[in-house]
Amino acid sequence: MGETLLRAYEYATDHQEEFLRALGEHLLLVGLALGIATLICVPLGIVTSRSRAVAATVINIFNSLRVVPSLAILFLAIPYFGLSLTSAWIALTILALPPILINTDTAFRTINPAIKEVAYGMGMTGQQRLWRVEAPLALPVIIAGIRTATVEVIASATLAAFIGSGGLGIYVTRGFALYDNAILLVGAVPVALLALLAEMVMSRLQRAVQPPA
Amino acid sequence: MGFSYGDAETQGGVSPCPHKLERKGIVSAIRFEHVTKQFPGASAPAVLDCTLTVEDGSFVVILGPSGCGKTTLLKMVNRLYEPTAGAIYIDDSEIRQLSATTLRRQIGYVIQQVGLFPHMTVAQNIAVVPRLLGWPRERIERRVDELLELVELPPAEYRSRYPSQLSGGQQQRVGLARALAGDPKVLLMDEPFGAIDAITRASLQDELLRLQRRLKKTILFVTHDVDEALRLADRIVVMREGRIVQYDRPIAVLTQPADAFVHELVGADDMVRQLSLVRVETAMAPLPAGFRRNGEPSIAPDADLRHALSLLLRTGAPALAVVDSQQPIGVLTLDHIRATAKNEIEG
Amino acid sequence: MSYIIQNPGIVWGLLLEHIIITGSSLLIAIAIAFPFGVLVADKPRLATPVLGFLGILYTIPSIALMILLLPIVGLGRQAIIVTLVVYAQVILVRNIIAGLRAVDPVILEAAHGMGMNSWQRLWQIQLPQALPVILAGVRIAAIVDIAIATIGAKFGAGGLGELLFQGIAQAGRYDKIWAGALSVAALALIVNWSLLALERAFDTTRRIRRSERRQLAIKKG
Repeated sequence: MGETLLRAYEYATDHQEEFLRALGEHLLLVGLALGIATLICVPLGIVTSRSRAVAATVINIFNSLRVVPSLAILFLAIPYFGLSLTSAWIALTILALPPILINTDTAFRTINPAIKEVAYGMGMTGQQRLWRVEAPLALPVIIAGIRTATVEVIASATLAAFIGSGGLGIYVTRGFALYDNAILLVGAVPVALLALLAEMVMSRLQRAVQPPA
Repeated sequence: MGFSYGDAETQGGVSPCPHKLERKGIVSAIRFEHVTKQFPGASAPAVLDCTLTVEDGSFVVILGPSGCGKTTLLKMVNRLYEPTAGAIYIDDSEIRQLSATTLRRQIGYVIQQVGLFPHMTVAQNIAVVPRLLGWPRERIERRVDELLELVELPPAEYRSRYPSQLSGGQQQRVGLARALAGDPKVLLMDEPFGAIDAITRASLQDELLRLQRRLKKTILFVTHDVDEALRLADRIVVMREGRIVQYDRPIAVLTQPADAFVHELVGADDMVRQLSLVRVETAMAPLPAGFRRNGEPSIAPDADLRHALSLLLRTGAPALAVVDSQQPIGVLTLDHIRATAKNEIEG
Repeated sequence: MSYIIQNPGIVWGLLLEHIIITGSSLLIAIAIAFPFGVLVADKPRLATPVLGFLGILYTIPSIALMILLLPIVGLGRQAIIVTLVVYAQVILVRNIIAGLRAVDPVILEAAHGMGMNSWQRLWQIQLPQALPVILAGVRIAAIVDIAIATIGAKFGAGGLGELLFQGIAQAGRYDKIWAGALSVAALALIVNWSLLALERAFDTTRRIRRSERRQLAIKKG
């Protein structure tokens, strides 16, 4: 194991430019998917948290989406968008949607109704209540959702290399093609580290916005 | 305690006619005119044809069993509910003339669950309405400190605390401070002490009375606790099934209940309860000539007769000395108390 | 879609492979997680580092873990089963501990007072109460494992993932991609819903509400 790791390290340094580019692509894919998903799901989640009928159907759809293996969703983009970057980030965005939506919906739904009533009773407008009271209280759970989505997307972005996007997954495909464990590791280790780092950062962020209990 | 028979006429053990205490030159702070509220899908209206005038600066308690419509009535004042029929006026202007949010910023609102915003400090919570009103920062800071002093929570210690770090009683004090922050004329309180333990509740009630003596707000206070109502109110509104059944001073509600329901509700037969509404100075007799203290237990003139009765029974003394600033000013015996009670029933 | 209709045998075979891989991994995982979880549940000083370590493993993307395990387990079905067991462990242990802990300590104390020993308390009180949460854990672990097993096809394990990978390897075989994606999605959804139904069947609060409703219906009817 040790010497394979060493070889992997050497390989990475030998192909430093390519590696950094792959890393950049990976981060771009992840960032883009998360960004779009957040922009769609947070407002949507606020809307669903306030209704009952619409919410049930929407939440059910997204719950079912979560159950479907990510590889299936990734590959299903191919017949439509081919083996390309576009396929990758559409699929990744779709994968990021469920946790963020469901968490946003739950977050807003579970705010103590007494607090919402008092906010109105004191003379806040709907907008003021949303921004000054509801949003700060919902934030920790929303961030938890984004955190789940982040780890998920980092993993799936690796798989996306199979469908023709760039990212660190290129080392996985290459490693398989050339039967070389070391090259596989050049993909696997950074991805693992990236996932762990993201989890740590987002946990800390979540704790930071949590009001003291 | 309760309300005072504070005039000079009240000494000598004769309780004055309550009507003498009507204020003159009233600006009616809150007026309900034929207010009805019917919720869609409900079999009966929650509030039916309520007409009520609440005087400026008075503490009015709305009392009734659960489901009688008291909270609904209260919430129509800050337009959390809109009446199905009738109108509500504050200082003679109809409340629907203002936008709901503008109206609410001029009314203090306290609820049972307190509803402090958990993500804001105590100071930020109190500052909410002033911020909505656009006060300058400095004025807000001063106001926050002022209010914390008022509710007896030292600002230096409590400003930066979070609600989760406070006890239930402390939270409700902050809730009160928050409601008073914008210096509203009207204060709406919906069973604010309902979720608090009995001991803390008693001290919060004292606090509220003390604040009211100082601030003279118009307070609408909802409760189902009869003792609380009798203790705090200048006037009580008794409600039942959406209607106002009686609107009177506590002593009148007790001695002259409007019907069997009110009688039952307030325990009008409970004489001892009625005694808790009468002050010692009302019932006491002046010092007999050449009076010398002979070990009689002392009692303050503003203590209530229930307390006095309890003291007499406990000590077995023939009389109590009524002492004000270390000087005896009168005596009180069981006979005096009995006479006062008799007057209440007949009066 | 058409591929499935034209080649039911192949699809069925792969489906079976997929179920066997996932099923056996789950069984192994449960067999390990169960005693382990029960043991650790009431020892907070053990539980925290254990859960922490398992949490780290869970965060690592499955494909990365599979690659990291390659030198140890090689390629093929066994390798994938190891990965599946590891990921299932995390979820199962976490849910078992959470489920057991959620039982009201007051009830346990009452049981203790009545003379139950810890073994009886475990079987007669804690486990029945914890069952919905544990079943939820089994369900989530199953879904996660179905997903990882799909990726495992690349590592030589077989299963429905084969269709997906063949679909891109053989240029333009979109029908294979569809077949693979649809079948694995269907598998996941069916497993999810059946286990969810099982979970709800064991949920006492729901059971009470259901019987109340039934009694009301009988009275009215």
